[in-house]
Formats: sequence, structure tokens, C-alpha cells
Amino acid sequence: MDIRVSADEPTSEERAAIDAVLGAPTSSWTGGERDTEGEGHTSLHAGREARSRRDLLLPALHAAQSRVGWITPGALATICKRLTIPPAEAHGVASFYHLFSTTPRPPAVAHVCDDIACRTRGGESICAMLLRTLGPEGSPARDGRMTWKRSPCLGLCERAPAALFTIAGERPRTFTLAPVTKASAIEAALESRETETSARQRIESVRRSVPQSGQPGLRLLRRVGQVDPEGLDAYRASGGFEALRRALSIGPAKVIEEVIASNLVGRGGAAFPTGRKWDAVLKAPARPHYLVCNADESEPGTFKDRLLMEGDPFAVLEGILIAAFAGGCERGFVYVRGEYPLAAERMERAIAAARAGRILGPSVLDSDFAFDVEVRRGAGAYICGEETALFNSIEGKRGEPRNKPPFPVHVGLFGKPTLVNNVETLANVPLVILDGGAAFAKSGTAGSSGPKLFCVSGHVTRPGLYEVPFGKTLRDVVDLAGGVLGGREIGAILLGGAAGVFVGDDRLDVPLTFEGTRAIGATLGSGVVMVFDHTTKLGDVLLRIAAFFRDESCGQCVPCRVGTVRQEELLQRLAAARPLGSLAQEKTLLREIGQAMRDASICGLGQTASSAVESALARFEPFSSGSTKR
Amino acid sequence: MSPDPIWFRPPPRPTRVPEAPPRKEPPSVEITIDGVKRQAPEGSTILEACRAAAIETPTLCYLENLTPVNVCRVCVVEVVGSRVLVPACSRKVEAGMTVLTDSERVRLSRKMVLEFLGSSVDLSTAPGVESMMKRYGADPKRYGAPAPAAAANARDAREPGHHHAPDGRAAETVAQPVKIDNDLYVRDYGKCILCYKCVEACGTDAQNTFAISVAGRGFDARISTEANVPLPDSACVYCGNCIGVCPTGALMFKSEHDLRAAGEWNESKQTKTDTICPYCGVGCTLTLHVQDEHIVKVTSPMDREITHGHLCIKGRFGFDFVHPRGDGSPDDRVR
Amino acid sequence: MWGSNARETHPIFFHHLLKGIHRGMRVLAVDPRRTSSVQWADLWAGIDVGSDIALANAMGREIIAEGLERRDFIDRATTNFEEYRASVESCTLEWAEQETGVPARVIRQMAHEYAKADRAMICWTLGITEHHNAVDNVFALIDLALLTGHVGRYGCGLNPLRGQNNVQGGGDMGALPDRLPGFQHVENDEFRAKFERAWGVKVPPKRGWHLSGMFDAMERGEMRALYVIGENPMQSEADQTRTRHLLEGLEFIVAQDIFLTKTAEIADVVFPAAAAWCESEGTVTNSERRVQRVRKALALPGDARDDVTILFDLARRLGHDWGTPDSEKIWNEVRSLSPVHAGMSYARLEALGGLQWPCYDDTHPGELFLHSRLWENPVPGPKVSFMPVVHDPPVDKLDADFPLRLTTGRRLDDYNTGVQSRRYRSPLRRGETLDVSPEDATRLGVAEGEVVRVRSRRGAVDVPVRRDESLRPGLVFMTLHFQDDVATNLLTIDATDPKSGTAEFKATAVRVERLRN
Repeated sequence: MDIRVSADEPTSEERAAIDAVLGAPTSSWTGGERDTEGEGHTSLHAGREARSRRDLLLPALHAAQSRVGWITPGALATICKRLTIPPAEAHGVASFYHLFSTTPRPPAVAHVCDDIACRTRGGESICAMLLRTLGPEGSPARDGRMTWKRSPCLGLCERAPAALFTIAGERPRTFTLAPVTKASAIEAALESRETETSARQRIESVRRSVPQSGQPGLRLLRRVGQVDPEGLDAYRASGGFEALRRALSIGPAKVIEEVIASNLVGRGGAAFPTGRKWDAVLKAPARPHYLVCNADESEPGTFKDRLLMEGDPFAVLEGILIAAFAGGCERGFVYVRGEYPLAAERMERAIAAARAGRILGPSVLDSDFAFDVEVRRGAGAYICGEETALFNSIEGKRGEPRNKPPFPVHVGLFGKPTLVNNVETLANVPLVILDGGAAFAKSGTAGSSGPKLFCVSGHVTRPGLYEVPFGKTLRDVVDLAGGVLGGREIGAILLGGAAGVFVGDDRLDVPLTFEGTRAIGATLGSGVVMVFDHTTKLGDVLLRIAAFFRDESCGQCVPCRVGTVRQEELLQRLAAARPLGSLAQEKTLLREIGQAMRDASICGLGQTASSAVESALARFEPFSSGSTKR
Repeated sequence: MSPDPIWFRPPPRPTRVPEAPPRKEPPSVEITIDGVKRQAPEGSTILEACRAAAIETPTLCYLENLTPVNVCRVCVVEVVGSRVLVPACSRKVEAGMTVLTDSERVRLSRKMVLEFLGSSVDLSTAPGVESMMKRYGADPKRYGAPAPAAAANARDAREPGHHHAPDGRAAETVAQPVKIDNDLYVRDYGKCILCYKCVEACGTDAQNTFAISVAGRGFDARISTEANVPLPDSACVYCGNCIGVCPTGALMFKSEHDLRAAGEWNESKQTKTDTICPYCGVGCTLTLHVQDEHIVKVTSPMDREITHGHLCIKGRFGFDFVHPRGDGSPDDRVR
Repeated sequence: MWGSNARETHPIFFHHLLKGIHRGMRVLAVDPRRTSSVQWADLWAGIDVGSDIALANAMGREIIAEGLERRDFIDRATTNFEEYRASVESCTLEWAEQETGVPARVIRQMAHEYAKADRAMICWTLGITEHHNAVDNVFALIDLALLTGHVGRYGCGLNPLRGQNNVQGGGDMGALPDRLPGFQHVENDEFRAKFERAWGVKVPPKRGWHLSGMFDAMERGEMRALYVIGENPMQSEADQTRTRHLLEGLEFIVAQDIFLTKTAEIADVVFPAAAAWCESEGTVTNSERRVQRVRKALALPGDARDDVTILFDLARRLGHDWGTPDSEKIWNEVRSLSPVHAGMSYARLEALGGLQWPCYDDTHPGELFLHSRLWENPVPGPKVSFMPVVHDPPVDKLDADFPLRLTTGRRLDDYNTGVQSRRYRSPLRRGETLDVSPEDATRLGVAEGEVVRVRSRRGAVDVPVRRDESLRPGLVFMTLHFQDDVATNLLTIDATDPKSGTAEFKATAVRVERLRN
């Protein structure tokens, strides 16, 4: 491919960081030394071979960014040469993800969450403090060593308020801090040095996020906070890989039969029957088949997948292996959102340990099933939780969703049949295999089988991740979390995340099942239960949600790209009590904007971008002064 | 004696006329469009079926010579049983499909898409959009007065993620100064609806130069060269295929831009003549747009199997030599 | 792709290749330079200039040695295979590596991929034909196609990519020294008789001179006048010093052109002509034998006349009234005399957007590809002969005085001697440069942009240096686009192929002299 790359050169540090990911260049045409003897008469890695490494773009950009804090023109040019990617496209990709910067940025950055859950716990006041101590968002502080930026939901809602730190350098680090309530703590973290954690700390770090940890009867959370998440032997000792062993012995068809019988449906939000999906992948004639574990959990208020990966990564891996075996997949990817450094690290360690233990590789548990999987990190884009956007991101492209059909089971990652499941779904799989599908189906309700995780946050006494069998009511779950903080009254509850709906306390007795929430026009979504007490200014929450969708719209389709802007502008007019024309006209306009986004957007982001807003306006008066009450 | 060589006496004709291997006709499927049962070839799109049935379907990001990206969503139709509307331009027909092209939902979405674009983009040189707006009753004014235009390159510098919250008093737009950085064509991104056509034409659908891409995210997404460098510093090879596919006039021959700026652009005075490019031996059809005995623009018909509407720099822009200069220089026409 | 930088010289043809590439088609490239076309190829043989036959013959030998030749096709449709086999017997991979510089494994892989492909075509351009043994080069490629049966079938074939919009049509219409319209040989009595009947005049039964032959004839004093239509030999011919000397020695030159070219400047009479592609009606024929209509879009400037009108007016002055020129009438005369054009009425050309010859009658669709008869059993008409050829390196030898190999070619945005292209304001244009490898630039101690003197055995030019990573040491490159500024053809050699009359523009021995320290 005849690409034109600028003459900008990277520093030797950047080059080393990029080489560490991509390996040393093999030819001068890909950025190595000129060897006219060897290359003057032929080319190594030419043509499609040279063009086949596009999927390494994000890993390479991560390497460059985390070395010096931003993606310099020299680093971009080198990456383009190395991977035969046109620079304009690489720039298009780099400028899509908000953890990347294509303009100079200090090496240490605090990404401070100002999203809806953290707002209930003082997120905004930290931002106000930082404005005073470090200056405006994004501006270099302390001799250009550091800066801070606002961030959308970091998935640490149970420990709100939260911040993510990206520290570039020779030993780059990415870590989170939550709760973080002082600007000084943030500045200290920006200057901090790495510390090793003991096995005990590793276990405890998740325990406080899972108040039920250690309780009998837990299934998905059985090991979380109890078993060392970095110990393969500990996992084995707690019954690990028994399901995989069983799956290998009964064969793919029987595995799929069990999963179909279990009535397991996807836990990522769309609730598609898992067994049917696997069956379609298994039967797809094109080869190879890929598996993708969707760990790009970015729905505001959601943190269940993070805690599963942090607390029981081997179980997720076991689910991946069983799914891959059932779908005839040869290679898999775990796409972990960029804001989850610990989850990514734990999954990587689990994969490495499994590979060393011959649980991954050419002969899984000494069977003739060959499979390997790797972790790919996102770089800050909510939209990449949409499965086809996620594929594009793995492929080294902008995270723009594809139109469906064709569906991933036929045309997925790299255009091949792809089995894609969410982390929680995959974590259920070993349970299905061990229990047997029929037994699994008996747990929960007729329409919703198995255990379910709920991410409870906001104004509750004990925010955290809770596991209940399907069928418990909203009241049960709120009570599990100790009820409303400070004994105050419930104002509104957001079910399902920013893409979900607001309900009032009149809905506390709704069973949290797919069918139960559907009956009241709500959704389980990703299992978010975010409680707002009656003092909450719901209008502010709506403005944040509207801003979130505008920020996170990929910009591809008109209804979402412009609709999210117009929705936000309209809400700002309502908030300022400055309607264009009459209030009725504004409400009509908002409804029409919402309907066009819902009907005509390419993907779920646009289709649900008005959901929470419209539900709030239908049930509450978010922009009136006074308490939030129906 | 051996026969004459074939260059001296041509060999006999083949018994059969040589042809491409026969293509299997796709079976036809029955679909219902607006209550009328129709046949459509399997693998064809709803848009093709609509056009075959003479049902006018608006499109902006669709073009016959490009892969459908289905991003503008102005062609959406209702497929009974589908939760959301579907893009006619890329959705394939399926047996038994029931399509509604003029339902209330369809009309609303089309109206809103046109309003969204009309309220955020300068559509003054986009052919056909005005009539679409009229047909669907689009009123871009109901979003308030347009916000002031961005400074040059300001939109190109926007980072993904948090934006400054608007106050709702004005509707944000993509207005910005025209980018003029070479003598052949201009880029007026205040007229860009982000249809991706130029990216496709610069990319795998035609030129494969990849000088431009979509950069940024959300409303700040824009067409950009690498790091927004001017075209002469980019990979651009000035084939102008992006201009050829641009539906709004955001990309324009500099000759057209200058004539418009001078108030002299007059399509009613122009002729369009198809001829063959005077350069290499490929034989590309050029459509010469001539005003006052001057070639003011060159396009190529999309239905020609040689060009599919696409040209190279010489075919697109290399016509100036025929214009008399009147200066008697060696470059002037002999006359 | 053999000796062709189609990415830059035939961009829209290359679009079609790119479509194939995206669908999985493999591209093998043979080119001394790592051009933008080569960068799309899956395999590149970076040969030394002028070693094409060595490469082709070694591929042929490898194909035979590995039993990859298409036996049924060879037996049924070809002759002379044994002679070919014997001629390539000594062309081992190792020998070819020595001759071409291309690693043996690359030659081997190229042979195997070409032979094993279900369908394969060879496309070439002037990298094959601008050599002293141009026709032999072409024969070597034809032999490969015959050997593998990659000819006469859909998706296969031998495709010379034409460099000008009507170079094919010109030949088709008889603008060759030995042909009447429709490729009918002038020495064939039957054909000549047909034209004599139609025209009512005697046609000389003897072939004329091709371009290089004309210059030789000038040298011998046998040719004393020249009528040049739309050509600029003063700048476009190799060895410009000799060309200028011969042209200036002529008694009479008529130049018919749209510009006062360097040739027109020394002409005795200049006829202001039309830019035929947009100021005339008529047809041109492209690389794929497709005849297409050109149309008048602009009025003629000043006293300029359509080329046909000029010829008609001239005929009238010379005592022959051919009537009023009318492009369709002239075309219909072509159709009546050239069987391969017979079916191409203006109406059909308009309706179908062009037709590919041969097109024998009003219902004939034209032939998508030629030589399909070779796949009939038995083959109607004569079989095709293998044409064994031997490797013969460039005439202009490299030595200690002239150690660098200069090769020439086109750039994307310019065209030939620049007469047409220099007037539009291409942002890509950077003027003439001597492109050198970084190694040579360092060895010569020349800086980017430094003006150096390039000297060949025939002349010298001063030109700025440009480092070019697509070149290996020993290979330098120039275009022919800026002859007014840098007359590259002062350097080139007029060693011409005896069969085609083409000069060896592609291989000049030069040295680089620094003008300052």
C-alpha cells in the first residue's frame, strides 16, 4: 500500500515503547534500517501481509501514549509505517478515543468522574477543588507534570467519587482511586509511585465492593472476595475448570443443548438467548470463528463486570473457554474498557497462568480443542460496548457501530462468524454446565433464569454489587443495600443505566426480571439500580445524562449525532426556563427528537439516548424547583 | 508451405463470442411495499426495490458507486416486525418482508433528519435537499438561531469527551471558514453533512489513497487529513473523486468556488459534453461542464464501467491547456 | 505488473486492480524501483534494468522443471515448445539471480504463483517496451502466457497498458508503417486491392519507415521533408542532440499542433489545430480495444481548424476534393474497409458507451478478450508459436566512467514532455529532479535539492537531487516531463529495437558530477 507518512521522528523512548508491542521492524519499508542488499531487489512483508496487522493499532497507540502522555506526530508516523496504516486513518482512530490525546498533554493525568453516580457523592465538588488547586481542566499544572480532566462514569460507582490516573513514563501506570474526596489526594496520586499488593490485599480490594462476600448461597460472587483472584491453584481448589472439563467431555452440540435448556440470556442489556447465539456461530460455515468477551462495561452506574474480572477472573476465562469450544472458535479477545486497569491486569494474569497450565493453547486440558485468547484494552469510548463498534475497535478502526444485519454470528470480528458475550453472561456459563441446563432454568423465574447481579449505587447506605436470584423486587434490592442513605426518602431510581429509565417509589414492588421491568415500560439494562433521594435535583442529572450521550455519540449517524445535541440544548432551555415558543412546543420537539433517535439511529446508543430523559419528564417534574417527587 | 503468420493474415474468428462466465441470476423474492406485492432479486436492497417501483426515496449518503454506509438515515423505511426503522439503502430484501415507505414514523424520522442537518449545516449548494425538506415539512428554524461560526481550524482541534455545556439559546452548527490550501479544489466543511462519501472515494471504494478520514467524535466528528495538515502536506493526490461524490458542495472545484464567489456561476448557461480523457490509454469518459467557452468543472458518469465516475488528477483537473491564454507565450494555443 | 507503474501512469486502471486486491487477488510486481504500484504487490521482483528476459526465461524454466506448464494447451494450441524449452534450459534460478539481482526464491515463488493461478494476466508498460530489445521482451512474456495457458480465457491475458488516449486507435487506423486501417498488412495483395477499389488509387505495396527509421533515413538524406501532427520529436526523442541536428537539416517541416512546440518553432509551416478530445467529433480507442466517442465541447480558438478539416483543405489544395469533412462519414468508411470495426456504428457506440474490437457486424457484442479460439478443439486456424528469446543487457553499458543506471518514467500529475500537463496548477508538481538512493546521495556527498550535472555518453544536464527511498544504490531516476528546464533526452540513448523502432529510454549509463564543493 502506498502510504505517505510524515517525516516526523519519534524519540528513542517512544520507538522502544512501540517496538515493545510490535516487535522490532523487519525492513526499512516498515521503519527499520535500510538494507539495500536484502531489500533492494524484493520486499519482505509486502502486500496484504503488510496490511494485515491493523488490529495492533490500538495497542501501539496505547504504548506511545503511555510512554510520553500523548501521541506525538513522530510516534503516529512510526506506528503507521510499522503497521502500513494511512496516517489520516490512524489520526481518525487516535482522535476517537478520549483516553488518547493527539495534542501535547502532561504525563500524569487524573480523570475525575463527574457522572451521575459520583455526583451523588460529591464528584462535582472535587472538580471545583481541582479547578482551584491545579487550574482549569486540561491545562498543564505543576511545571507541566500533571493535569486533570473530567471523565464519564468510571464504573466505580459503589465507591464514588472516583478518579482514574494515567501516568506515562518508562514504567507507565494506570490505576484508580475511590472514594477520593480531596484534591490533595488526587495530587498525591499523580505524584505517587507503584506499590506491590499482597494476596490478602488483592482479595480485600474487592470485598468492600461486594457486601455479600462470603455469604452462603452466592453463585456468581461465590469466590469474589474469598479466593485469590491471581491464583490458578486457588481457583482449581474451589472447583474451577470442572465445568470446562465436563464441557470438553460432552462436546459442543451437547454444551449448546444445555445452554439452550438453561434459558440463559445475555446480561449485557439486550437479553438475547445465549444458546441460540452459540448455535448460530457453531453452524456458520465461514472460518475461522472468533470469540469476543465484551468487557467494555461503560454504562453509567454499571460495575458488575469489573468486579467479576477483578474478583474471579478465572471463572470468566472458564466461561470464555466453554463458549469458544461450543462455537468452534479458534481465537478470542477480551475487550476491557480502558478505564479498568485492574480488571485488565487480572484477566491478563489469569490468561497467562492458564496458558502456562495448558488450559489455553493448542491442546486445552489435553483435549484436541485449540484456543487462545488475549486482552485488548479500550481507550475511552462508551460506544465500544456496542458489539460491532467493539469489533471495529479491535480491528484498529474507529469505534463506529455497523449496521445490522448482518449479525456478528455471521459477519463479526474481521468479517468472520463471532461469538460475542458479556462478562456476566460468560460467568454464568460454568454454572449452567455444572448444574445442567434444566436445573439452571429452574432458578429464578419462568422468564428470567439464574442469578443476577445488580449494581446498586447513589443514595443508598451500602452501595455495592449484589447477587440475587431473578424474581426479587426492586425493594428487596434497595433494602439489601441498606435502604436510602441517611434515612431520606426515595426521589427517583434509575434502572438500567443512562440508557434506562427513571421510576418512582411507586414501583418498588416490581420484580427485577426481564418480564417484570418490561411490564412497567422499564428495562433491566445492565443491572443498574441507582437511587436518588428526594433532595436530588433531577434536572441536573438529566442534563448530565444528555451531555453524556452527546459526548459519547460516535457521530456516525445524523439522528444521534445531531439529535443528542438538540436534546441537550432543549433541556438547557428547560433548565433555564427559557423555552423556544411555548413549553408545549418544547415538549413536542423533545418527543420528536427522541422518536427520531429511537427509530432512525444505527445502534443502541442513539436508540436509547432519550430514554431516561423522556421517562423522567413523563413521571417527574425535573426542572421545577422543590424536591424530586412524583 | 506453412500458413501466413497471423499478423499477415488474421486467424479465423472464434466459434463463439468470448464472454465472461455466466452469472447466476439471483432468485427473486416477493416483498410487499406500501401494500403492493413486488418481486425483487435476492441480495438487492430495499432502495433498489423502491426505485424499481418508482417510489421516490430520498438519499444523501448513498451513491451507486460507493459501498452504502447508511449514516444519513434519510432513506429509512419501516419494516413490519422490526423494532426500529431500517435504512433502505443497505438493508437487503427478504422474502415476505413488508415495507412501509411513507408511514408516520418514516415521515417523522425523515423530517427530523432533514431538520437536524438543516439546522446544523449550510445546505445552500446541496442539490435536491430543498425539495426533500418541503416534502417532509422540515423546519430547521425550530431549534433556534444558529450559533456563531467556529474559528478556522477550531473544530479540528476539538477533543473527544467532555464539551462545554450549551445554554440552549442558539443551535450549534458546523459553520466555519472555507479551507483553501491549493489551486484545484476547496473544502467548505460548514457544508459537510458527514456522509462519509469522500472518505469512501478516497479510500477502498475508489482511490485507495486514504488522505482523509473522519476524526474526532460525536458532533465534533469531522473530515480531516492526518492531524488536520493542509492538503499539500497530506497524502492527497488530487484525483478529486471526493468532489465527485460530495452531495452538498462542501468539496468544490476551485474554479466553481471562485466563479460562485464572483457571482458568475451560472448553470443555466452551462453545457455538459461527454468525451474521452486526453491523457493515458485507459479511456475515461469525462463530462466537461463548459461555461462561456471555458471548462469550469469535470465529472465522469457513474454508469461507465471504466471510471464508475472516478478520475485521476490529470483527467479531473488537467484541462487548462486547451484554454487560449492570449499572451502569445509558448503555452498559448496556436491560432 | 511487469515494468509498469500503473498506480501513477494509469490510475483508473489501477482502481480496478485495487478492487481485485480487496477481493483477494494477488499482485506480483516486476520493477527496478519500489514504485507506488509495487507497494501494493504481494511479491516484488526488483530487477536490474533490462534483465526482463532473464527473469522471464528463468520463470519459464522453473515452470517446466516443476511440471507446472499447461500441457493440454501447449499440445493443442502452440508450436515450437521444444525449442522454447531448449532455449530456457540454461536459465536456472541461480543464473537469473546473477543477471537480475532478484533472489532465486523470489523468482521461484513468482513462477509458481503465476503458473498455479487459476486465472492470471500480465500487464506491462514501457518498462518492457522502451528497450533495444523491446519486442523480444514482449515475446518472453507471451511465452510465459502460452506456457501456462493464461491467454484466451476470461480473466487472463497479456495486456500492454497504453500510454496515450489513442495510441491504440492510431495503430488500428493504420498509422503504422506496414498497416492499412484494421491492421491489414500493406504487403498483403488482397487487402491492398480492397483499399485500392474503395479509394480509386494505387496503394504502394511496400512498408514505410517507423519513427526511428525516419531519423535514419534523414541521416542518409533519403528523407527531406516532414509533416508532424500532434507530436513533439524535438523533445520526445531519445538522444536529443542527434534529433535536433537531423530535424534542423530537413528541407521542409510542417507542424500541425495546438501549441508552438519546440518542433513547431523550427517548422516552415504551422497549422493551428484542434484539441481533438474536446474540440472535435470522432473516436479514440483505449487499451482494451474499446472504441469510444469524443465530442466537441468547445469552439475552436482563432483560426485553428479541426485536424480533419486541415487534411481535407490540404487535399483540396493538392487537387483532390474529398468533400466536406464529417466524422461519422469517415468512420463509416473505416467500418466498410476494416472488418474488425464493421459493427461499430456511431449509434451503437453512443448507446453502448463504446465497443471493443473485433466487432464484425451490427449484432456483434465485441470481444471481451482475444484469442479465445486457442481453447477450441481443434484450434481453428494456425497454432501459436513460442518465440524463444535470449537475454541481452542494455546497450549503454555501465563502467567506471558511467557507473549509474538512469531509468526514466512518468509521474502521476504530469504527462510526457509536459506540453499538455504543465498548464494546470498541480500541487504535486515539484519540477525535474534526479532521484537517487539515500546511499548514493551520501556516497556522492550531495545534499537534497543540490543541483548536479548528470552526464551520459551523449550529453549532460543540470538537475537538482532528490533522495528517494524507493531506489537502491546504483539506480537513478528522472522523468521526461520538464524538457524545457531539464532536457532528459539529451542523456538517453537512441539504441532502438529493430522491430518496433522504440528507443531504449529505460536504460542510460550516467555519472553525477558535483557543480560546487
